[in-house]
Amino acid sequence: MDGGIPIVDSHDRHDRQEWLGLLARAPAGRLVALCLASGIGAQFDWLRRPEIGTVMLRGRAGGTGAPFNLGEMTVTRATVQLVAGPVGHGHVQGRDKEAAEWAAVVDALMQTDRAPAIRVAVLEPLAAQMAAMAQSRAEKAAATRVEFFTLVRGEDR
Amino acid sequence: MSALQGGFANPPHDAAHAFRAAMGAMARPGTIHTVAGALPPAPLSLAAGVLILTLCDPETPLFLAPSHDRPDLRAWITFHTGAPFAAAADCTFAVGTWDALLPLSAYRIGTPEYPDRSATLIVEVPDLHAPGTRLTGPGIRHTAHLPLPEPTALAANAALFPLGFDLFLTCGAELAALPRSTRIG
Repeated sequence: MDGGIPIVDSHDRHDRQEWLGLLARAPAGRLVALCLASGIGAQFDWLRRPEIGTVMLRGRAGGTGAPFNLGEMTVTRATVQLVAGPVGHGHVQGRDKEAAEWAAVVDALMQTDRAPAIRVAVLEPLAAQMAAMAQSRAEKAAATRVEFFTLVRGEDR
Repeated sequence: MSALQGGFANPPHDAAHAFRAAMGAMARPGTIHTVAGALPPAPLSLAAGVLILTLCDPETPLFLAPSHDRPDLRAWITFHTGAPFAAAADCTFAVGTWDALLPLSAYRIGTPEYPDRSATLIVEVPDLHAPGTRLTGPGIRHTAHLPLPEPTALAANAALFPLGFDLFLTCGAELAALPRSTRIG
């Protein structure tokens, strides 16, 4: 077996960051369900079996202030190597080892010629669902917004 | 085989066994311990690979001597341990053959307040079983023997006690250790 991490240009790297971010933020259970439903699958070797750990989340007050440590979050990571060579890394929120495995497999497959099919079967539905969730949450918040205005008072007449 | 393969198959279990071997070697200088579980890329020996997987993490800067400074090996160490690479003067661990690790004056020996802030050298040697230099001191009942690469330089290091660096000697799947407290000759 030969290969390793393929050399990627900055455009590809941006793409990869996008799908890895999508896989990392995917709602619990949804990624696994999509992968099982779409019947993707590949033979792979473990480079790193799923392991659970924490990462420190950093924030900035108002998005512009000094960075501070917000708190730690549980993540699960895994790394696989397809028999054909590409290496896939998966990091997902929470403690779902199966999701980390699928995220790594999807990352590896996205580096092969099966990428378009994977994109249609897994990444696009996932992105659409997450966009819909964000939209519905924004709508719910908008519905409870209070508009402040002042009635014209008598003494101004 | 990819550069990233060859880590511990079962990290908690393998690392615990390897740590036990490393601790035993340091506690009883001159004893030889056999370890298993890692398959690092050449030219790193199995025992040195096991030590790195067990002892290194993102908080231990590692110096790769010219004999071992290969892109494959760097990728392997980064993937499995996350240890940053550093110059000899800033490292916590250093790996290489004896000649490549010289000069010894480059390594940290700690300070009188913090003698633990020193380097640990992992030296790849051709043979651990050759008749060697006589060792005495803590952890050795009467005397022990190890084939040391340069006994006079290591005796000078031992004379700095409680300062000084510590040594692991690795060869294939075997390792031995020489802490700074061991008297040489």
